[in-house]
Amino acid sequence: MSDLRTRLKQSIIEQLNLEEFEVEDIANDEALFGDGLGLDSIDALELIVLLEKEYGIKLTEPQQGKEIFISIDKMAEYIEAHRTK
Amino acid sequence: MSNPYKISNFVRIRDQRIFHGEKKLFSCEEATHLKRFLKESYKFLNISYPKFHKMDALCKLGILAAEVLFKNMEIPTDTALVFSNSASSLETDKKHKILMEATVSPAVFVYTLPNIVLGEISIKHKLQSENAFFISDKFNAGLLADYSEILLDTSKADAVVCGWIEWKNAEYDVFLCLISKEGEVSFSEENLEELYRFENE
Amino acid sequence: MEKGIAITGMGIISSIGNNVEENYNALCFGQHGISFPEILKTRHTNLPVGEIKISNEELVKKLGLPKNHAFTRAALLGSIAGKEAIFQAGITEAELKETGFISGNSVGGIDKTEEYFQEFAKNAEIRRFIKAQHPGFTTGQISNYLKIHGFVTTISTACSSSANAIMLGARMIKAGKLKRVIVGGTDCLTKFTLNGFNSLMILSSENCKPFDECRSGLNLGEGAAYLVLEADEYIAGKQVLGRITGYGNANDAFHQTASSETGEGAFLAMKKALKSSGISSNKINYINAHGTATRNNDLSESRAIQRVFDEIIPEFSSVKAFTGHTLAAAGAIEAVYSLLSLKNNQIFPNLNFSSEMKETGLQPVLGLTSKNMDYVLSNSFGFGGNCTSLIFRRDEK
Repeated sequence: MSDLRTRLKQSIIEQLNLEEFEVEDIANDEALFGDGLGLDSIDALELIVLLEKEYGIKLTEPQQGKEIFISIDKMAEYIEAHRTK
Repeated sequence: MSNPYKISNFVRIRDQRIFHGEKKLFSCEEATHLKRFLKESYKFLNISYPKFHKMDALCKLGILAAEVLFKNMEIPTDTALVFSNSASSLETDKKHKILMEATVSPAVFVYTLPNIVLGEISIKHKLQSENAFFISDKFNAGLLADYSEILLDTSKADAVVCGWIEWKNAEYDVFLCLISKEGEVSFSEENLEELYRFENE
Repeated sequence: MEKGIAITGMGIISSIGNNVEENYNALCFGQHGISFPEILKTRHTNLPVGEIKISNEELVKKLGLPKNHAFTRAALLGSIAGKEAIFQAGITEAELKETGFISGNSVGGIDKTEEYFQEFAKNAEIRRFIKAQHPGFTTGQISNYLKIHGFVTTISTACSSSANAIMLGARMIKAGKLKRVIVGGTDCLTKFTLNGFNSLMILSSENCKPFDECRSGLNLGEGAAYLVLEADEYIAGKQVLGRITGYGNANDAFHQTASSETGEGAFLAMKKALKSSGISSNKINYINAHGTATRNNDLSESRAIQRVFDEIIPEFSSVKAFTGHTLAAAGAIEAVYSLLSLKNNQIFPNLNFSSEMKETGLQPVLGLTSKNMDYVLSNSFGFGGNCTSLIFRRDEK
């Protein structure tokens, strides 16, 4: 369980070039957008790419991302329920 | 051809060095890789702007140059940005082209336009002024001087940052000037050309 | 001394026609040019585009180019549109020697790089296309073909490129730096842009619906258009198609690709254009909107229009449902349409619209509409926050 969260954090840091963050800096329930990690709409699109590439989950509407990319916890729950790889 | 404007200030970034005016501000001889040099410069200039790390090198160079140019000054709100280069966004275009074979990265694609650097500088420094980006074979002082002069003459801008920002292969070459009514050096095609050619050492 | 600027020629090629007349007819009859890609070899065959159904080989033949030419598609399209503009303005070869050429372009010759990339190493014959990727090279090819030898430059500010080329040309004439200049832009469909825009999830899988509540993104298009601008004292009795009286450019300073919610950049660009035109907003008879049909642009632009025009919003429409979004060429293509509107006192329809956006309640012009017009405002906004507005006026004589 927590492995998925750690791996997710690693990929997010790497994929979104969050150079000033380490895995330990991101709390599982912390907001990813807005005040938290300060991600923006392009990051959201990159997360959509990440979901497809690493977990075989295909989102077709950027809107869907908004409900999933709330926190690491939420993302992990969604991935566990929908992953195809 | 005389006008009341001055080259108030300029910044030069190339060969692992940053010059502010004729003064060497920073050099990092061991940073032979552009990526490393950009990061060291970011640290040296004490910039705290996490978005920086997401940008392509052309935008990073622009952000660094603007930081030097605008240091310790109040930027007139109507400061126009008139940039040029030869390679457009070629390096990022290549990257997008390669990624396209597998998975396209939206974060890479957004940097496949040369004028994104104008947008990034505008966002960082809250400038909602006029922007232009020209593609020229080589540094064209006449074009930059003409266009900047027209903007200032017609009060479309209070000041202009004009110049050259090139990134091609591992090479980079940035020369940006702040043009306003303040300063010693007259704003002319000849002076622009001379400062661009200026080599320290 | 400030010089008046007359438009004495225009030329265009887009998915709705190969010249001005064909474009005009299609606009009047509501015949859009959106289809699935056939000329562009892409795996995204389900994404509708505004494609010109003429192969490069046919374009080469039309232009009579030699066998070993290095013209990419954007250069071919640009040459066709430029030729028509010069012909209409009746510019002589001697005059062309000192005529300027300012062209907006974003993709350059990327189409040829896509086609030949793997082959460059082994096939020397096609290596002439390597340098053709450069947007400046595209401009050079067009200006050489048209025998223009004055001041030549390329502007690359994404989707406002050709609008900015028009603005720069107008300014250079006004400042007395040029007597005559050909301005506009060209861009062709490429896998590069189609895949890129697709990754931003702003391409619609159906024909685009500008300003509609249910709009679902844009259709990419391709094309080229150029205007001939001349200083008043050199036009000597020529027919004047219209005048450029105002222009404004501002940066939205919000996001690399998205527009701010209040449309700050668009608002400032329109305000600046009105100011430089020396007219109040109520003089504008029609707005040729940018209206790409993305969720983001249309709302942002509508809000900016509401802020500039307050209670009395002039009639407006977006022609993107006819041509698709032609990127760097869009500003010039829509400048031609704006001039056709002025000349014929007609507003061209905003196709595929069915319901107003709930945030604004604004309805664009839905059918071909007759209206006497003096001033048309045309918007072009680009990635990087680059927003441009141009104002065209009917010639008074």
